[in-house]
Amino acid sequence: MQRIGVFVCHCGTNIAATVDVKAVAEALSHEPGVVISQDYQYMCSESGQNLVKDAIKEHNLTGVVVCSCSPRMHENTFRKAAASVGLNPYLVEIANIREQCSWIHKEIATATDKAIILGKAAVAKVHLNAPLTAGESPVVKRALVIGGGIAGIQTALDIAEAGFDVDIVEKKPTIGGKMAQIDKTFPTLDCAACILTPKMVEASQNEHITIHSFSEVADVKGFVGNFTVTIKKKARYVDEVKCTGCGACVEKCPMKKVPNEFNEGLDNRHAIYIPFAQAVPKVATIDPNYCMMLKNGKCGVCSKVCAAGAIDYKQQDKFIEQKYGAIIVATGFNPINLDKYDEFAYSQCPDVVTSLELERLMNAAGPNGGTLLRPSDKTHPHTIVFVQCVGSRCDDEKGKPYCSKICCMYTAKHAMLIREKYPDTEVYVFYIDVRTPGKNFDEFYRRAVEQYNVHYIKGMVGKVTPKSDGKIDVQASDLLANEQLHINADMVVLAAAIEPDKTARPLATMLTTQMDTNDFFTEAHPKLRPVESATAGIFLSGACQGPKDIPETVAQASAAAAKAIGLLVKNSITCNPCVAHSDELLCNGCSSCEKVCPYGAITYQDKEFRMPDRTTAIRRVASVNPAVCQGCGACTVACPSGAMDLNGFSNSQIMAEVDAICK
Amino acid sequence: MNKNLKEQVLRSSGVNVLKCMRCGKCSATCPSYDEMEYHPHQFVYMVEKGDIETLMKSDSIYKCLTCFACVERCPRGVEPAKVVEAVRLAAVRQQGNNHLSPVQIPEMLDDDLPQQAIVTAFRKYAK
Repeated sequence: MQRIGVFVCHCGTNIAATVDVKAVAEALSHEPGVVISQDYQYMCSESGQNLVKDAIKEHNLTGVVVCSCSPRMHENTFRKAAASVGLNPYLVEIANIREQCSWIHKEIATATDKAIILGKAAVAKVHLNAPLTAGESPVVKRALVIGGGIAGIQTALDIAEAGFDVDIVEKKPTIGGKMAQIDKTFPTLDCAACILTPKMVEASQNEHITIHSFSEVADVKGFVGNFTVTIKKKARYVDEVKCTGCGACVEKCPMKKVPNEFNEGLDNRHAIYIPFAQAVPKVATIDPNYCMMLKNGKCGVCSKVCAAGAIDYKQQDKFIEQKYGAIIVATGFNPINLDKYDEFAYSQCPDVVTSLELERLMNAAGPNGGTLLRPSDKTHPHTIVFVQCVGSRCDDEKGKPYCSKICCMYTAKHAMLIREKYPDTEVYVFYIDVRTPGKNFDEFYRRAVEQYNVHYIKGMVGKVTPKSDGKIDVQASDLLANEQLHINADMVVLAAAIEPDKTARPLATMLTTQMDTNDFFTEAHPKLRPVESATAGIFLSGACQGPKDIPETVAQASAAAAKAIGLLVKNSITCNPCVAHSDELLCNGCSSCEKVCPYGAITYQDKEFRMPDRTTAIRRVASVNPAVCQGCGACTVACPSGAMDLNGFSNSQIMAEVDAICK
Repeated sequence: MNKNLKEQVLRSSGVNVLKCMRCGKCSATCPSYDEMEYHPHQFVYMVEKGDIETLMKSDSIYKCLTCFACVERCPRGVEPAKVVEAVRLAAVRQQGNNHLSPVQIPEMLDDDLPQQAIVTAFRKYAK
């Protein structure tokens, strides 16, 4: 005979204001098997928990029902309390009478009735609860960081610092990401390369860090603590080990007309290239789309001049497989494509540039060696117009609905740097709002206005028209003066919205992590778990989770590392015992469950069965790997023969709940 | 503030003026800007405030070319030209408020004017 205790929580006024908790406790005391039914103001408090513990001991309870908040809040609290006095934690059930009852109803009578019904359902379920024991699975003490920008580098360095091996997978030939392309950083105006490249070198020299550059994640299998990842090392046609990075091949390569991605296509590179002087690894890569040797077999100059004999035209993509305990996603961002914004003439006029292009134009390693010149005629621009929010805060299909966050600050930086270096230049910034929350950020923006006399104008640019004399007519609103302005500009700089890298979505599918509608990875909790994904063992670092500047990215990168280290230090992790299992005698081998399982936890095997007539028959039956199963229950719904069942949420338990509700 | 008038303008335009983020791109792109007493962004804001009679009295409602540049370029999909149109209709539909009468037509005619323009003008400026 079951001996069940019911505990009804007031949650202050959260529940008690709309639910008559005493009536609920009284009603549930008459349910079969219930030997004690109590209410208390805060059941989750120390004394509330003691109430539960004492009742378990005193009445020798075989099951506990707590009518309180969502099980996501305190299920664990009460299970631990039960376990501490010797009751199996999986014999505790929560009836959610707060989020799903008191908070959504206004009338006390309705809410009380519903709370009683929810309580009855939980009592009916707990009658069928079986004690469950959580298993353990080992943790592979190695982490994978996907993306080698500042976020990935910082995360890898922090994990390596703790003594764990880390692999960085970077799709480009070098690590460094967007920060390597940036000229100066706000709000201190120090040179980005000067603070980034030491970290890149540190990562390459750290004995715990392996960098897989020019590589991509091809496949991910497994689960927290035990991921198996296939990494595709793309053919770079150069032996990474032999190449010394001397650059002789680059110098002699006759194919010189390849748009240089590192300089945002503002100048050209060779078909064999090293992205920039401080690249890590400093190894040449051949671009197969432009290399004459790879395209039609006529050239081979690089191979002749390479003293190390590193050129290998026959190199193939290589796949390596590695096991990891934790995966950190740091796939970063890109500016959006502005081709659809005809009004800003970006694709018609070379002197209309994006902010990232301006970074390269102003950088000493950029196409003009650090002198700001117009891309069209290489003359010094005297009037520059900055346009904010190009594609950000847009409600249409061209742009993004969110604020890109970093543009206000980098535009203030650009404006200031230009006024500092070229005081004869007039700089206009058209803004909708100037958003500068952050340490020393607003002071920085005010400096641009007050000290550098940058003209900030509240209003948007409506039309940019390149003129025949090489100037650009900028037609814009000055909302405060209630005027329409025409500015005769030499250059226009567009603060393009930023979006997650295109590789993020297929990666999210591989990792079974969630994304929002803008393809940013979703954190497990927007406030309290900002660097974890909802999938155990997958962590988020940097702009792949949302627009971020460098200080925030680094902070999040270290936070993600801390969470990953917290996982890696464990020798094993406790598994969720609420996993699926298959009744082999009922299974008809249809594969429905295998097809719906999002975790790949179900496999089929041929098994020998003894038949009633003493013969043996071989049947194809499903089996669940409990370490991989996450207990989502999809298979139990898909199974046509009722062979699949979920521990803790068995078909009979669910039906008992439904019966109790419908009674 | 005339609540009924605001309601009428909002309904006949089908525009949600609350979507406006006050960037002013509509007025930045407007080719009739200098002709107008109240500019496209002001139409949106004044309709939100319910200050519609002021707009109805202003000549601005007849200066809008209905070129829809503001509709095309508004980043929030507010469609200011439709608000201007709705205010104009609210004015024109009142008794004795036709902005164009047939007797005015002959003096406006010239060889280059397409017939369609006259029909459109009647649709826009008269009941």
